[in-house]
Amino acid sequence: MMIYPYGDTTNDGAMQLSFTLPLKAGALAKEAAKRLVKKMGFEKAEVVSMQDLGGDFSFFVVYGHTTTGINTDDIQVVEAKFDHMDRVQVDEYIEEQIGRKLVVVGATIESDAHTVGLDAILNMKGYHGDYGLERYKNFEVYNMGSQVLCEDLIKKCKEVKADAILVSQIVTQKNIHVKNLSKLMDLMEAEGLRHQLIAAVGGPRISHELALELGYDIGFGPGTIPSQVASYIATTEKERLENE
Amino acid sequence: MEKLKLRLKSEPVHQAKEISKEIVEDLMGLIRENTTTSIERTVLRFFGITGADIDDTPYVNIIVKHLMKKGVLEMGASLYVLNACVYHDKEPEEIAKMVAEENLDLTEIPMGDYDKINALSQKLTQAAMDHITKIKDERDQLLYKTWSDPPRPYKYVIVATGNIHEDVVQAQTAARQGADIIAVIRSTAQSLLDYVPEGATTEGFGGTYATQENFRIMRKALDVVGKEQNRYIRLVNYASGLCMPEIAMMGAWEGLDFLLNDSMYGILFRDINMKRTIIDQYFSRLICAASHITINTGEDNYLTTSDAIEKAYAVTASQLINEAFALKAGMEPKYMGLGHAFEINPDIKDGLSYEIAHALLTRELFPEATLKYMPPTKHMTGDIFKGYAMNTMFNFVSVLTGQDIQLLGMLTEAIHTPFMQDRYLAVKNADYIFNNAFSLGKEFSIDDDSFISQRAHKVLEQAIELLEHTREVGLMQSIEEANFADIKRTQTGGKGLDGVVKKSPKYYNPFEGVFRRLLNIDSQVFEGGVR
Repeated sequence: MMIYPYGDTTNDGAMQLSFTLPLKAGALAKEAAKRLVKKMGFEKAEVVSMQDLGGDFSFFVVYGHTTTGINTDDIQVVEAKFDHMDRVQVDEYIEEQIGRKLVVVGATIESDAHTVGLDAILNMKGYHGDYGLERYKNFEVYNMGSQVLCEDLIKKCKEVKADAILVSQIVTQKNIHVKNLSKLMDLMEAEGLRHQLIAAVGGPRISHELALELGYDIGFGPGTIPSQVASYIATTEKERLENE
Repeated sequence: MEKLKLRLKSEPVHQAKEISKEIVEDLMGLIRENTTTSIERTVLRFFGITGADIDDTPYVNIIVKHLMKKGVLEMGASLYVLNACVYHDKEPEEIAKMVAEENLDLTEIPMGDYDKINALSQKLTQAAMDHITKIKDERDQLLYKTWSDPPRPYKYVIVATGNIHEDVVQAQTAARQGADIIAVIRSTAQSLLDYVPEGATTEGFGGTYATQENFRIMRKALDVVGKEQNRYIRLVNYASGLCMPEIAMMGAWEGLDFLLNDSMYGILFRDINMKRTIIDQYFSRLICAASHITINTGEDNYLTTSDAIEKAYAVTASQLINEAFALKAGMEPKYMGLGHAFEINPDIKDGLSYEIAHALLTRELFPEATLKYMPPTKHMTGDIFKGYAMNTMFNFVSVLTGQDIQLLGMLTEAIHTPFMQDRYLAVKNADYIFNNAFSLGKEFSIDDDSFISQRAHKVLEQAIELLEHTREVGLMQSIEEANFADIKRTQTGGKGLDGVVKKSPKYYNPFEGVFRRLLNIDSQVFEGGVR
């Protein structure tokens, strides 16, 4: 099916854009903004606001109509698939299907100092009214906090015989997260640890697709709640044990 | 600006302040009896030692490490460097080079004439004090006499490109848009470096390294815009971490106006050893107090890691402890930028009433402080339109309750470091709200039995409970019990304990005494001269 952005009429292709140009606000800047948008493939570009940002910068809001559409039949998306259970169900599932506690080690690695995402998933309190993994009867959780060296994380996983490793990455400037995650994956491979555990990564700029690309089992993006992570770990661990 | 009034009862306020004073008093022995590698490096920097070796290790680190290895750091680094200066008839920086490059052993130089060492010490100390006094006076002149202090809340924005030269472009543009204060966010994890990098830097992660040269570059850039606009633009950087005193010294030297400087942040949120932090924060705050640098404390962090309603009292307790520590360092209340934040989940019914209650509590508990109010971050989702609306509410509460430093929220928080236009939109939002609701506060009064009043008193009561327990067991034990931010830290854990050194009775640090005299602090800290 061909689709176009929807403004106020089917297939009108209407979109709003906002951006800054390194030009003094004025007639020239305004025309430049308009032509830029048209050159991008928009028809009827209309500059509705130009603001002087001071110095040689100006800020624009532009409405344009694109003639570009997308055929959704051509798209294939990579989506993580697992049954979402609540905390009680997950605990029961682990008890019945696996019969022992699952060990989870979480960390924010290398230079990243942000633990918000990690804590949202692991801390007792959880996130969005959904309790964190520490609250589960059948998870044994080690939250190593922020700025954990990959080497230390791997050491910990071996020490506690982790079933799953949860890595959170928030800082993505200059693709530092990709660098960090690749380093961890390389080390896990080198240590022969990769196939002994579930490797999950989460963060506001993390997609499942990116996680797979980097060799992880799953990527959790923004809005993920703890019971989703718990469900995934429990069901995947069961599959893993069956395949062993 | 006419703000709302809460009419906080005076008895619990008095009680909270007394308890906090005692909590801090209990730690003054630890502070008096110990020095740290960072404090010793600071003294050397005051003596004019800058620069680094080919591996980028700062000279001050090399000297302090050398003295530590020789087991004499307990005497203070300055004594050995001064002695070497007298012996070789050289400047401290030349001595530093000799230690770094020629393996000069400072402990092998025979201890010379104490009169000469004392005289040199006085000369160098005076020169350093003259410099920071000059910088302080120049700022005060520009800020209060040549021009005038901008109306409050001050509009504070951040730059965080990682490249100081790119930061300059963004900072100047933000100042031209109306920002009163520019903060250069540090590269992530700098708080954990046990040295301060050298020179101008063009690469960083999530921010730009705090270096003395970067401070100088940005100060100069803001002064250019200041002159253009006939107003003074304040500059902010971050001191909390393993180099708290050193960064304070650099800030004082280069004319910074605010420094993030929290007595517990490093311990709780960066796992820095508690003794190290408690000792470092004191010396660091002496420098800030003497240089009229406004400290900014990090209470907002309690709310990003815990629930903003449940843990509101932790913010209050921490503010009180930060205030008590700052008073001990001779700081005037107006240089205390005590922190708090607008972080309540936007889905909560009547969340705004809680926010107003918390903001008013902070305002009335610290009437003379220059309060720092932090924007929503935890509940910013990437929906920039909702984010912009939340920032509007944040600005509204600030003007209504009389906050001082407004860290402008960015609509793209949680997405990327601010775009040029994001700062512009933030400044315009604040301009609109601050102007539009300028006198609104005086149109309303708050009944003593209203939700807002009850809530504020309840938070204070909970804070007092925590403080009372903390007084009983001691601050360090209380942190061990995870009473702050639910984070448990031990006295022997965390980074930087190896940098804590018990002072010898002959310990020498000329600056401690000078600062204390300047700030009229009477204390038993060993001062002495070289003996």
